[in-house]
Amino acid sequence: MSEPMIRFDKVEKSFGTFNVLKDLDFEVARGEKVTIIGPSGSGKSTVLRILMTLEDITGGAVYVGGDPLWHEEKGGKLVPASEGHLRQMRTQLGMVFQSFNLFPHMTVLRNLTEAPRVVLGLSKAEAKDRAEELLELVGLTEHAHKFPNQLSGGQQQRVGIARALAMRPKVMLFDEPTSALDPELVGEVLNVIRGLSEEHDLTMLMVTHEMRFAREISDRVCFFDGGKICESGTPEEIFGNPKEERTKQFLHAVLEGD
Amino acid sequence: MVSWTDYLVPLSQGAWVTVQLTFWSTILGAILSFAGGIGKLSPIRPVRWLSVTYVEVFRGTSLLVQLFWLYFALPVAGDAIGVNLRLPPVTAGVLALSLNIGAYGAEVVRGAIQSVSKAQYEAAKAMNFTPRQTLWRVALPQAIPEMMPSFSNLAVQNLKDTALASLISLGDLAFKAEQLRNYYQDSTTVYTIVLFMYFGMALVLSVLMRLLERNVGRWRGARR
Repeated sequence: MSEPMIRFDKVEKSFGTFNVLKDLDFEVARGEKVTIIGPSGSGKSTVLRILMTLEDITGGAVYVGGDPLWHEEKGGKLVPASEGHLRQMRTQLGMVFQSFNLFPHMTVLRNLTEAPRVVLGLSKAEAKDRAEELLELVGLTEHAHKFPNQLSGGQQQRVGIARALAMRPKVMLFDEPTSALDPELVGEVLNVIRGLSEEHDLTMLMVTHEMRFAREISDRVCFFDGGKICESGTPEEIFGNPKEERTKQFLHAVLEGD
Repeated sequence: MVSWTDYLVPLSQGAWVTVQLTFWSTILGAILSFAGGIGKLSPIRPVRWLSVTYVEVFRGTSLLVQLFWLYFALPVAGDAIGVNLRLPPVTAGVLALSLNIGAYGAEVVRGAIQSVSKAQYEAAKAMNFTPRQTLWRVALPQAIPEMMPSFSNLAVQNLKDTALASLISLGDLAFKAEQLRNYYQDSTTVYTIVLFMYFGMALVLSVLMRLLERNVGRWRGARR
């Protein structure tokens, strides 16, 4: 079997005395679409934030594409990663934030072209071509010259997805991409993510509360509880026939209104 | 008998000097504000110390004393070590005013940069910008509109502070007023005109700063 795209090896993460992740072992294969569900405070967003290098780890090791993320090899030993190493590793990852975090002072087009130009060194024309392609993908071509605050939440999040894709990451991280949206705007964002889930090469890791959607697009669903994976399996297994008591309780609680 | 209109020509000459003093010291002061404010947030410790020292020294001492020091004390200190540090009055004036206003401005710049949300820094990191790119392309463009109301205050303050430069024999508006008053003994008329002239200049400056504020913050006004 080939090296997984993402591997957490006995990862610990604590904020002060609070342990968010405990001895976490977790893998995502290349091209796999994995959804993380679980109660708030279970450490699910932390997994994504560690991968995007927004949070460091306090123990264990994380591998992306086979290379250590938070460590690098120096003289045959693993030492904490330098900023240069982290920058190198980040090129493989893209993130979509719950509250979009678009750059408010840039137009939609500029949000998509800025990093490809200054970080990847694309020419103005190349970056623009790439951005226009992505805007078409997310259905926002006619909004290219607007500022983010002129768009609806759903449109902003579609820009957020396009912005992350503009860097051509191998792994897309979605941190509750629809949680900040009005209910009627959730669908348009999920449609875009659904489209992406058909791309075989793209590895996707998503934290969401949209259970029906998770069931539909995921290859695998992981139920997180108390900083660990409590149960992991195909959507059919997790939603259709959960084995763990905690999983049943959680699903019962969240699906009650469905 | 002289009419009040006879004062206008000399006073206008003084006002022109005041405008130039204000212009150059505000520009230089703005540069110092950014250097000091960004310097205070620098990860490099000596840069941080230098910035903190600059801000504290120039905020914590009187502008008048700074002016006198640059104009009267510095040349003497220079002579003692055999260097000619005699500054022309204009240079001393612009320097003292901009160093002073830059120290206040540095705090404005620092505060505005720090008010940019953590989410923006995280997005910048996710897009793999370097810390420097993040500062120039993400943080500062959002912080500058935040700074404008305070900068506007500082610029007007600076305009009024230029009057102190008359004390080192710079022929600005306050200096010309003093000359006319000495000659004609007509304090009321002279100083009333001068009051209106400063007020008029301050008004123009405020409007210019307002236009600048609107220009740098266009994206904030944009609405669906």
